[in-house]
Amino acid sequence: MSDTATKTAPEAENSTERRLNMIEAINDALDVSMGRDENIVVMGEDVGYFGGVFRCTAGLQQKYGKTRVFDTPISECGIIAAAVGMGAYGLRPVPEIQFADYIYPGLDQLISEAARLRYRSAAEYIAPITVRSPFGGGIFGGQTHSQSPEAIFAHVSGLKTVIPATPYDAKGLLISAIEDNDPVIFFEPKRIYNGPFSGYYDKPVEPWKRFDASVVPEGHYKIPLGKARYATEGEELTILAYGTMVHVVEAVCREKGVEADIVDLRTIVPVDIETIEESVKKTGRCLIVHEATRTAGFGAELSALVTERCFYHLEAPVERVTGFDTPYPHSLEWAYFPGPIRIGEALDKILSE
Amino acid sequence: MADRPQGEASAAGDNRPKLSLHVPEPKFRPGDAVDFSHIQVPEAGAQPRPDETTKPEDMLDFAHGLIRVLGEDNKAHGPWDPKLDPETLRTMLGHMAMTRAFDERMFRGQRQGKTSFYMKCTGEEATSVSASMALAADDMVFPSYRQQGILIQRGYPMIEMINQIYSNRGDKLKGRQLPIMYSSKEHSFFTISGNLATQTPQAVGWAMASAIKGDSRIAATWVGEGSTAEGDFHSACLFATVYNAPVILNVVNNQWAISSFSGFAGAERATFAARGVGYGIASLRVDGNDPLACYAAEQWAANRARANAGPTLIEFFSYRAEGHSTSDDPSGYRSAQERDEWPLGDPVMRLKNHLIEIGEWDEERQEKMDLEAAEYVKKTTKDAEENGILGHGLHHPFRTMFEDVFEELPWHLKEQAEQAIHERETKFPEGLPNGGKGA
Repeated sequence: MSDTATKTAPEAENSTERRLNMIEAINDALDVSMGRDENIVVMGEDVGYFGGVFRCTAGLQQKYGKTRVFDTPISECGIIAAAVGMGAYGLRPVPEIQFADYIYPGLDQLISEAARLRYRSAAEYIAPITVRSPFGGGIFGGQTHSQSPEAIFAHVSGLKTVIPATPYDAKGLLISAIEDNDPVIFFEPKRIYNGPFSGYYDKPVEPWKRFDASVVPEGHYKIPLGKARYATEGEELTILAYGTMVHVVEAVCREKGVEADIVDLRTIVPVDIETIEESVKKTGRCLIVHEATRTAGFGAELSALVTERCFYHLEAPVERVTGFDTPYPHSLEWAYFPGPIRIGEALDKILSE
Repeated sequence: MADRPQGEASAAGDNRPKLSLHVPEPKFRPGDAVDFSHIQVPEAGAQPRPDETTKPEDMLDFAHGLIRVLGEDNKAHGPWDPKLDPETLRTMLGHMAMTRAFDERMFRGQRQGKTSFYMKCTGEEATSVSASMALAADDMVFPSYRQQGILIQRGYPMIEMINQIYSNRGDKLKGRQLPIMYSSKEHSFFTISGNLATQTPQAVGWAMASAIKGDSRIAATWVGEGSTAEGDFHSACLFATVYNAPVILNVVNNQWAISSFSGFAGAERATFAARGVGYGIASLRVDGNDPLACYAAEQWAANRARANAGPTLIEFFSYRAEGHSTSDDPSGYRSAQERDEWPLGDPVMRLKNHLIEIGEWDEERQEKMDLEAAEYVKKTTKDAEENGILGHGLHHPFRTMFEDVFEELPWHLKEQAEQAIHERETKFPEGLPNGGKGA
């Protein structure tokens, strides 16, 4: 359980020293999966010949052909709906929504259709779809290229929501998501596509290859959905985070000399309640950090779970650090972002009680 | 706006006409005398039949005309006559009569409190039965909610339909779905959603998958004219044309969407078949109350799809003879005369009269068939009632409520299932009613 994001890579079969950034790891996961299962198709805006605006599907059309990797019209409703129909046929579609901010026109097809197909048909029809989508801010994307809408999907019964924080995890989680027989929303934190983020936007990005979590084995391996990971271990408090924020809180703790259990949730539905309980009961303090807006964000659910299950172990109120309840502003995005000051003050508060 | 004159001066000085909003209004409301003479009904057999591989731009007229085969003389006319043998015609008539008998019984069952909801397809039987007969049994259908005729035509056991309608312990959908939202993978019948038009682009996706895999099966989907307003319909048309998908998009124009007439879906300006034209989809407008025309059009579209010649949009011009569902009373929003005055008649009567006209049927046999259909439905209903009716305890076990949300039960659903069972035990401490059967 105690692998960390930046120090040691978990052991895996056929491990080599090959180092990849998150884009390359995602591309590798798609490549490995498509090579193993000819029912996997990849589709989305610009994913074909061009290889995706973030290059996650680069080279796949050349390798697997135009009927397995293809561009689509700019219609998220149509993309998700076609994937549902393909899934009913027996394919295993992996549609890409170019930005999570664009996913809303496809919501009815996700929420009312993909998520409910198994239930409403008593398992006659299933939707083994993995919807990949870059999410989160910190790239000057403005209010339509920066959102973190994971709580919307966490609220839907029948959807799994997965968010990787490292290249190693991105590959193993994506392969698990693709092989899962339920619809999975796979949000890729685009701020850390090329390297982990310390929260200091004015410092240069350190590329993934300097970190052990970029060691990505060749071939097939899986990281189970619903299992969290300790990014760091410590006695002082538990920090629940996922995606970009795992690295930001890690940097802040390092800077402040705080020894924390940083729990990288990896999957928010189903969430790894065992690991959360184990850690909070050990430390007695819990800080929840996410980039998404605060009100009814996934942090609210985590806070409720921790309070319900660990109340008598708590030595301080559960704290949340989140984005503000505003759209993601373009010029003021670093004022929005839950950075080192917001996190640091929350740490001081929770540790002083 | 800033440099415009303000106040009274602006009213005096502005010579541009005032804008006005058009809100569509149906021609007839309750109590009105009905005159459908504005509906153009061409002679049966008047339309030519293009080759199935004709380019969409070379057949634009078909989106505006009306393909008809059965004439006022009850004879089949013109190149669209599918020339079905009398036995096939009798089978078609039988499925339509059975569908109607089923609707009558289920409607009554809802009124008797045996279930919560029902929807008839009276007057529209040909758009499902005849169309479905033109497809192969393993072609995949993505229906809307008024295509029970497809299941009857495909030989789906009627008791399964009634079990589903009663949400009883025999319901293979485990009582999860609103009545009539059937599903049967065995009969290549997709699970009905209840949200409108979502199935339309899904059918296109299925057809794309069939083409990706080099399969020979095609997909067909049905949607109401009112639901063509949904974005999903337009996504479906676009994906169908972009990927030349082997799919048939059937639009059943029954003139009414609950209480809103087709004008609210755009019918005052264009036909529904014409929507396909803009997408470059071959589009046919068909007399939906003419079973032979329905069969012929669907067969044309199926041939086209199978030949890799692309999708077809078919508008079945028909009339919803009854209410939208058991939940509305059409006498509250439309003239009761409409049904009688509808210029395209009734599909069951038209096929029956055709069979009599060609000497292959008579009133006696019709009477006998109707009686047998009613008896069969009655008996099957009784059999289904052995499994219970809605709200009488003979439902599926409680734990099934939590199954199939995911393939495997995650921890939070396990906890919630335990709570549900605890509540059950608290309510019935002496044990479950009906000896625990199904409870």
